[in-house]
Amino acid sequence: MASTSSNETVTQREQSMVLEDVKLMYTIFADVPPKTKHLMLELHRDNHMEYLLRGLQQLGPSFCVLDANRPWICYWILHSIALLGESIDAGLEDRTIDFLSRCQDPDGGYGGGPGQAMLQKMPHLATTYAAVNSLITLGDEKSLSSIDRGKIYRFLLSMKDPNGAFRMHDAGEMDVRACYTAISVASVLNILDDELVCDVGNYILSCQTYEGGISGEPGTEAHGGYTFCGLATMILINEVDRLDLATLLDWVVFRQGVEGGFQGRTNKLVDGCYSFWQGGIFALLQRFHTIFGESMMLLDAGQANCTDSPQTTVESDISDGEESLDGTSSSGDEACAIQQGGRIISKGDEACFFQPGALMNTCSVNFGNVDRKPIERRAEREPLFNSIALQRYLLLCSQDPGGGLKDKPRKGRDHYHTCYCLSGLSVSQHCWSKDEDSSPLPGAVLGPYSNLLEPINPIHNVVLERYREAQEFFARS
Amino acid sequence: MESDEGERLPMSRRPEWSDVTPLPQDDGPDPVVLIDYKQDFTETMDYFRALYRAQERSPRALSLTQEAIRFNPGNYTVWHFRRQILESLDADLHEELDFVERIAKSNSKNYQIWHHRRWVAGKLGTDAAIKELEFTKKILSLDAKNYHAWSHRQWVLQALGGWEDELDFCRKLLEEDIFNNSAWNQRYFVVTRSPFLGGLKGMRDSEVSYTVEAIMANPENESPWRYLRGLYKDDIQSWVNDPKVSSVCLKVLSIKSNFVFALSMLLDLLCHGFRPSEEFREAIGALRTSDPEPLDSDLGKAICHVLQHVDSMRANYWMWRKSKLPVAV
Repeated sequence: MASTSSNETVTQREQSMVLEDVKLMYTIFADVPPKTKHLMLELHRDNHMEYLLRGLQQLGPSFCVLDANRPWICYWILHSIALLGESIDAGLEDRTIDFLSRCQDPDGGYGGGPGQAMLQKMPHLATTYAAVNSLITLGDEKSLSSIDRGKIYRFLLSMKDPNGAFRMHDAGEMDVRACYTAISVASVLNILDDELVCDVGNYILSCQTYEGGISGEPGTEAHGGYTFCGLATMILINEVDRLDLATLLDWVVFRQGVEGGFQGRTNKLVDGCYSFWQGGIFALLQRFHTIFGESMMLLDAGQANCTDSPQTTVESDISDGEESLDGTSSSGDEACAIQQGGRIISKGDEACFFQPGALMNTCSVNFGNVDRKPIERRAEREPLFNSIALQRYLLLCSQDPGGGLKDKPRKGRDHYHTCYCLSGLSVSQHCWSKDEDSSPLPGAVLGPYSNLLEPINPIHNVVLERYREAQEFFARS
Repeated sequence: MESDEGERLPMSRRPEWSDVTPLPQDDGPDPVVLIDYKQDFTETMDYFRALYRAQERSPRALSLTQEAIRFNPGNYTVWHFRRQILESLDADLHEELDFVERIAKSNSKNYQIWHHRRWVAGKLGTDAAIKELEFTKKILSLDAKNYHAWSHRQWVLQALGGWEDELDFCRKLLEEDIFNNSAWNQRYFVVTRSPFLGGLKGMRDSEVSYTVEAIMANPENESPWRYLRGLYKDDIQSWVNDPKVSSVCLKVLSIKSNFVFALSMLLDLLCHGFRPSEEFREAIGALRTSDPEPLDSDLGKAICHVLQHVDSMRANYWMWRKSKLPVAV
């Protein structure tokens, strides 16, 4: 059905349209003088901050469809600000704490908006995750102590199904996302116990598909968002070795397409938000799976001739701009954002949590070309995905120069994509480092070194320093 | 309730609501992420809160939830309350399916809608199976990869039945778009779980033939490659020893283009004990047109070497795979 050119399928047609756009960006980049290149690769920090701070205060009428997701909006914005190494002033911080306290349910957990004494919005696992992560990101005593851990524990327990998995809310949907948000919250608040853990690993295991990735429910398709959630959950409950990690890795490594960005599922379109969901999977495996992780880095990649410093290598290859991004490709677009009255917002609800969208690469062999030619030159610890190609996609194709980040060219910015594109950018900058405390070498950061973002704890996706403060706080309280 | 927004009479002026005191949202004195709500939205939600607090499960409450859902189909509390009302009123659930369909047309990627639909269909039981399969078919005709629609469809098959034509449905979708990985996934679901088919073992031969054909038509299509591997899940020995598997790799290699997945599968085969004939060695040697170095005697290493160059996006991965190869494959 519906193919305009006789032999192209919908997947192929959509993919070639996206590829055209991306190719155009890269061609423009290749043709401009070095000074302009430098500017194009710059992270527009000031504009992003302005966009984020405006959103934290006031949102237009088109945001009515996100009315039951306001803690999410807080998290997307606050985490983005923290990734940029910025903070908000004390007044705004107090207002945020007050607002989130109003979303906290008297019986535990957080709902999608303020509910005060009488239940007006039920608590929900996803908004509980968003609120807790927001408060950790704000990070002082007042913020952390506003969380009623005892009640959250009871709420989490009440969301647990007899089969071990969790439901999003009272009689709500049961899936891997629910398992992750529950276990993540419990772990970071130091209230994770055997009762919460019981059998959740069996459920996650039943969701690993024949492709290697993890699906939302048993039987459905392997998907970047769910794979991240499933893997992070298994790490937190110490059962990661039950997964078939070799196949999982093989699946995720193929999700990086010719564009440099990641797709969410096989043969889908690239989407900036998967920079985190898929890119974060590499960070999880590297950091938290000791045996697998240790050998997952290319240590002094052996074969190296070390003729150039890594920095020169990266920069020169990028500016060579030999992007022959051809290759047969296909696709399937996904509306991650909707435009209403000239404003672009993420589409309602947790549909944004894991945009089911993403890229595709009908992997012709002619891929790549985005990265450095002489492979043997590399002499640094490198991650198993192409972190420079990912950064290039994020900076050139996902960045709105006016502030905010987005899915792909022709799409609009929104807070969800800003959060997950920046999270992915942070992961791709820091994944070269030996351990989480060392700063990346300049060669690991595409563009000016000032592009460097704060490192994150990839399991919870909060800035590392704040995570540690929270860990310490909840260990003693 | 179907009236255009422009003509909407404020609820405060509707006599049937005169006994209700609207309950405004308490955002606090100086809230963040403050939404500039449309007036209709605010009013509807104020009345909704009042009824929800009073737990009024009445026909007017039912129609109010409908309005609230139209304003924001992502409000899970409203949907939840709607289910409670539907139960209390013992409402006609076929009508409810029609309502959901209208909402879903413009919001087909929203968890709440699909969760609600599942609840309603579950209440209706096996009678709803055909209608639900039709409904998901309709949604999939607009977007053949809609994740929620596929989840729902799988739930319908398992909970309500209707497996009979499912393999044929997959076949049709794959005929339209052989790159549709969701359809491949559904095919796997049917083959492994349908009570009418013989399971993976019984279906393997015919499925392998189908998949090999798809691979030969588009060797750059990742979906059938992953599917092929999946057909031997939990039976790695058969996968390694089945000549149909190694021969499709060899055939694709001999075409000398779009062979990344063929090489990748061959590498996996070698890692699991596959013993390659001289033909394989020659085919791989032939891929290295401009490489001055002699072909590595270790075929696994040679494959990684080729992949590092032709699949440069994953160069690091192939280098890593090379370092992890079992000794002397």
